[in-house]
Amino acid sequence: MSEQAVIAVTDLVKRYGEVEAVRGIDLEVKPGEIFGFLGPNGAGKSTTINILCTLVEMTSGSARVAGFDVAREPDAVRGRIGLVFQDPSLDSQLTARENLEFHAFIYDVPAASRKQRIDEVLEMVELTDRADSIVMTYSGGMRRRLEIARGMLHTPEVLFLDEPTIGLDPQTRRHIWGYLADLPKQHGVTIFMTTHYMDEAEYCDRIAIIDHGKIQAVGTPDELKAMVGGDVVTVVTADNEAALPTIAAMAGSEPIRDNGSLRVEVPDAAAFVPRLVRDAGVEVTSVQFRRPSLDDVFLKLTGRAIRDEEAGSKDMMRMMGRAWGGRR
Amino acid sequence: MTTSDRVATQAPGLARPERRGWLWPTLRAIYIIWYRDILRFWRDRMRLLGSLAQPLLFLIVFGTGLGSALGGGGAGFGGSDLNYTQFIFPGIIGMSILFSAIFGAMSIVWDREFGFLKEVLVAPIDRSAVAIGKALGGATQAMVQGLILLILAPVVGVKLTVVSVVLVICFSFLLAFALSSLGVLIASRMKSMQGFQVVMNFLMMPIFFLSGSLFPLQGLPDWMTVLTRIDPASYGMDPLRRVMLDGAGMPAAALDRLSLTIGDYVLPIWLEGVVLLLFGVVVLGLAVRNFRRRD
Repeated sequence: MSEQAVIAVTDLVKRYGEVEAVRGIDLEVKPGEIFGFLGPNGAGKSTTINILCTLVEMTSGSARVAGFDVAREPDAVRGRIGLVFQDPSLDSQLTARENLEFHAFIYDVPAASRKQRIDEVLEMVELTDRADSIVMTYSGGMRRRLEIARGMLHTPEVLFLDEPTIGLDPQTRRHIWGYLADLPKQHGVTIFMTTHYMDEAEYCDRIAIIDHGKIQAVGTPDELKAMVGGDVVTVVTADNEAALPTIAAMAGSEPIRDNGSLRVEVPDAAAFVPRLVRDAGVEVTSVQFRRPSLDDVFLKLTGRAIRDEEAGSKDMMRMMGRAWGGRR
Repeated sequence: MTTSDRVATQAPGLARPERRGWLWPTLRAIYIIWYRDILRFWRDRMRLLGSLAQPLLFLIVFGTGLGSALGGGGAGFGGSDLNYTQFIFPGIIGMSILFSAIFGAMSIVWDREFGFLKEVLVAPIDRSAVAIGKALGGATQAMVQGLILLILAPVVGVKLTVVSVVLVICFSFLLAFALSSLGVLIASRMKSMQGFQVVMNFLMMPIFFLSGSLFPLQGLPDWMTVLTRIDPASYGMDPLRRVMLDGAGMPAAALDRLSLTIGDYVLPIWLEGVVLLLFGVVVLGLAVRNFRRRD
């Protein structure tokens, strides 16, 4: 473990009976970083974050958070981390301020600074004017902001967020990110978060791509995109199977079949596309090219796309859960 | 990583205080968990009014109806000038306590369902605070629900004295604590609301019917005598009834004929209080053990 790491994980394994949810993860997170854990549902993201938060016991391996061993000193870890869970965890019958007071009490925020600290975090997420409203009257985005404020209330060293924007609309998601992105600089906190939204991963300083319980790659978004090796060209032809060998020869790599189209990486798309249209041998019905995205990185590493639709039904259930929770 | 590194990453002027042992943080956590329950209880005053309907129904309809069947609803129950409604009045207070204590404590299952329990379970506190705070929260609510019924005493014709009211408060709390601890124990093992109906039918109803709230626990068949003595609520119903009827001027000999006995021995009320307290503490201890387990 390096001297610098706030989170250091070595060969982490979690087995549920026969199922291996996490199969040997190593990672290090530096102070002040926004570290993203990116992967599809069921990849082992939540299990890993739950282990680091001391909610779930690991099967083997070791993990240190904020300088303490997760397995041996869970209480020391708990006092130094803030948590924003995937599912809502506010008491919707209390006001925002009451929720924060509850938190301040169980996290040992000194009585002298309690009120001031609560005001500060409320202001941070712009909920000051709604502080004394019952949480039941809050929108989904406001609840999330309140949970972020709560997670920061006891000035944690690491803030863990498990799918912090799941089930929220894109505008609200951007709004939430407006707060999160500022936290490390303004409050010196390290952020460890999971997401399956590719666009959100772009906000992270570094990303680990996880699939089937293993880390497939770690790096900055740019480093990961560089792995794709150039521009991404998506081609639809009259006969994809017939065109495939030609395209493979021209591009120097095997195209990936994706949803009725062929996707191939080339160093310079602007030069490649005219040649393709001329030499493909079959009619080219559409061509698109763009700079690589994290989606392409994931596709390259795992051979399949990670898509937001995957989470569709789960998101829907969560949203229903929220609505129902609000009516409690 | 060194300590100074860690402090440096925090916001200025907010250095973390050193942990002050185990006891103080635990007590503080118990307090805030209790306080939250009371706050919610107070905020939901309509529920409090609504919850009076059931005991009133029992008292008026059941008391009058069964009282008439037993002997014209008139004097003479248990060899005194007590009518049946007066007899079950303390039992109905006990019933109100019983149901709201177990339900109140089982709100833990709701907290689990709606996520709030997670907020408590990841906090750097001893998890015994969760069980104890919830048990005390449930007990306080149940006690208030039971004691509100005392305003009906003049209507029913049970005379209250300062001493009897003080004793009723004490035993209401002990009964409420014993049963809400039981509720916390059940909730500690229950992952969803699915099992709620089962608990209701196979635990709460038997506890209620066997507790002596509706009939005296003397002269019963042996099998039932045994069950009623196992029922923890019996040790709360009996002292509630005895201190109230004693305060209302019922002769001691008549009172003894209605009381809880083991063999021919009439249990003193202090001993019944000890039984309730011990039951509550042991059951709560088991709940604490369940809460301390990690997945």
